[in-house]
Order: sequence, then C-alpha cells, then structure tokens
Amino acid sequence: MNIDGITNGLVIDHIEAGKGMELYNALHLGDLKCSVALIKNVNSHKMGKKDIIKVDEVIDLDLNVLGFIDPNITVNTIKNNERIGKSHIELPKEVKNIIKCRNPRCITSTEQELPHIFKLTDEQKRTYRCLYCETKYSQN
Amino acid sequence: MNNLIDILELSTEEIDKLIEVAQDIMAHPDNYYEKCKNKKLATLFFEPSTRTRLSFETAMLDLGGKVIGFSDSNSSSASKGESVADTVRVVGCYADIIAMRHPKEGAPLVASMHAGIPVINAGDGGHNHPTQTLADLLTIKNEKGRLNNLTVGFCGDLKFGRTVHSLINAMSRYEGIKFVLISPDELKLPSYVKNETLREKGIPFEETKDLAAAMPQLDILYMTRVQKERFFNEEDYIRLKDSYILNPEKLVNAREDLTIMHPLPRVNEISVAVDDDPRAAYFKQVKNGKFIRMALIMKLLGIE
Repeated sequence: MNIDGITNGLVIDHIEAGKGMELYNALHLGDLKCSVALIKNVNSHKMGKKDIIKVDEVIDLDLNVLGFIDPNITVNTIKNNERIGKSHIELPKEVKNIIKCRNPRCITSTEQELPHIFKLTDEQKRTYRCLYCETKYSQN
Repeated sequence: MNNLIDILELSTEEIDKLIEVAQDIMAHPDNYYEKCKNKKLATLFFEPSTRTRLSFETAMLDLGGKVIGFSDSNSSSASKGESVADTVRVVGCYADIIAMRHPKEGAPLVASMHAGIPVINAGDGGHNHPTQTLADLLTIKNEKGRLNNLTVGFCGDLKFGRTVHSLINAMSRYEGIKFVLISPDELKLPSYVKNETLREKGIPFEETKDLAAAMPQLDILYMTRVQKERFFNEEDYIRLKDSYILNPEKLVNAREDLTIMHPLPRVNEISVAVDDDPRAAYFKQVKNGKFIRMALIMKLLGIE
C-alpha cells in the first residue's frame, strides 16, 4: 500500500499499533482542512507493527497529548521534501483537560468548570493522579 | 500562600516545630491568649462535623481570635449552586484564615487556589484530614516522648480509614517504625498504600487477623471502627465484629506502656471498661487536637 510522501508537513511515527485513531481524535486532526493519513499496522523492524499519521501541513501539535498517550512516539517535520526536525516526546509532568477524573467523590464531579488536571506521580509506571483527589488514572 | 491540605506538605522539621509550640501552649496557655487578637477564623463546614468544628473554633477563641462560618451546606450559598471558588473568594474578604470541611475530595485544594488567605483542610470526604494526623502525632509524642523507633498497630477498618492512611504516610518518614496491620481480609490496607508507601520505603510491616496475638509487641494500638455497611453480608459482619472490639481481656498480654488511640467517634469497638485504663489516650487526642490546631493557626498566620 502506498501513501504519497509529503512536501511540507508532519509525520507522527512509532505510534503503538492500534493507538493511531486515539491519537487522531485526541489531537483533533479531523478538524484540519489539509490531507491527513492514518496508516495502521505498518511493518516495523523495531516494533513489529506500528501506526503512522501523516499531516500535509506543519501544524502546532500538543506534545503533552502525544507524550501522555505514548512517550515513544516521534514527530518528524518535513519542509520542501526534507526532514528538518525530529522530536522525541517526553512524558508530560502534568496534563490538563486531556483526561477526566472518574472518581464520583472528586470535586470535579460536581464543579463542571474546574479544569481536569493530572500529575505524573510515577514516571516508570506512567502513573497519573488527579490533582484534587489523587485518584489514579486508569484507561479502563 | 500558607495552606495545609495534605499532611505530607509539612516536613518532619515543621511537624516537630508545631509539636513544640503545641506543647508550650499546653504548659503556658496564658502566653497565647491574645496571639490572634483581631484575627478571624472562618469555619466553612459543608457537611456536619461537630467535634472538628468545635476544636477549630475553640482553638481560635483560646488564641483571642474570633470565629465566623457555617456548619452545613444548607446554610451556605452552596445550596444555591455557588462554586467553592466563589464562596472562598467572598469569605477571603472577611476572614484571615479558613478551616474547610467538604464531602468532595479536593475541595479544600480548590479553595486554597482562590481564597487569597490560608486554608486548612478540615477533612475532604475519605481523602485527607491532616489536622487529625497532627493531633495523633502530638499524642504519640506526648505519650512516648518520641516519634521514631515505635511499633504501631492499626486495628479494624484499614481499607477505608483515611486517618489510618494519613498517619501511616506521616509516620513512615521517621526512623525505626514498624507497622502491624490488624484487620479482616475484607478491610485490609489497600495495596497502593502498601506498595507506594511501605514497600517503596522499605518499612517493615506485618498483616494479621488476630488482635490478641499481635498485642504483646505493640507500643501503640490505633483502633478504628468496623462499620457494618462495609461488608457484603450481615453474616460476615456478625462473625467478625467482636474480634475487633478492644476490651480488658484482650489487653492482658499488652505492654504496660502501651498507648491506645482512636480518632473517635467510638461506637462499640473499644469497651467503656477500657476508658479508665491509664493506657487509654483517645480522649487526650481530642484535647491535643485543639492545641495542635492553635499552633497551626499561628504558623499559617505567620504569628510567632
């Protein structure tokens, strides 16, 4: 399967296979007017399978969102067909309004206008806890 | 801004200093009766808690200050839908310091971000209750003369008891502490407390269901209430409840210098026959709570 190369834009690479759509939605790529390609299950030497997203325009990405979803992702910036930059993502120390606290006893459950803030409390285990009630964020 | 939302915000040095001031207040109360003259404490209690509120209010009155506030959310504008942030912004225009009790976890932290004056967490749901922990630490210091080299037994509901988690966190920072965790399987200490506090810091602990067998090694026995609603069926509750009631028979093998503590209110988990035992310290905890709150109010208001 061939996807055209891009002249000016971004290649978000090394996305864990299956997480491409989550990232697409979290970065609101569906709102963009330019071409966006989400390629799933690409063969990879390092990862076995991976997802890749290509964006046909250089846009500002929320690196905190990327880092929170998967800190192993890389972002390549392409200008005039050449790669001019490669960013390695770090696990963000804090994420704001990316995930929501699900603890029904948390103050955010009744005060809707409070920002949902999570702090990184264990880098190795990638543990995030709600700033207010300290409940651990879990995907399920 | 000076606030106290979580006990771990205080260093052990700061806790030592608070205990020192509280002990001085106990010894020389007259030196403190005008320390907070012209200062006002607002007690914002969004859920009822008579003992904690009275303790804070008495603490402020004994420092010569004044008290305003409300004792349940029906008498505040929260019942009209006002946010915590707006309520404390308004109160910040009247008072010098706030003590807040709220059923929602994290509400006092939100308050501290908006009040413009110091905020003390007087209990936020099942989350934190740092001044109870300070009262516990002062009691241990008064009774034992130290906060290190102690074997501390916790008995009863170790799963939901915030006072237990908070005191374990606070005491884990001292040398030579060992914990004995006495509870039924249904109410064991949550694994995140064991993993993130005890195992991570290499603090020795043992878990047992047998209160009487654990008794001889304890320097401190911290009792909590086993509540009926924590059990899936009444049969289990009835089977277990008596195992965790402290009575003179269970104290037969206890040390002579044991200190018996309880955050109160007690229902039946400590028999009244234990109250006259010189090792019972649970009513002293109440008294100590007022003195440590006096020391805390002074610290947060920057009063020497």
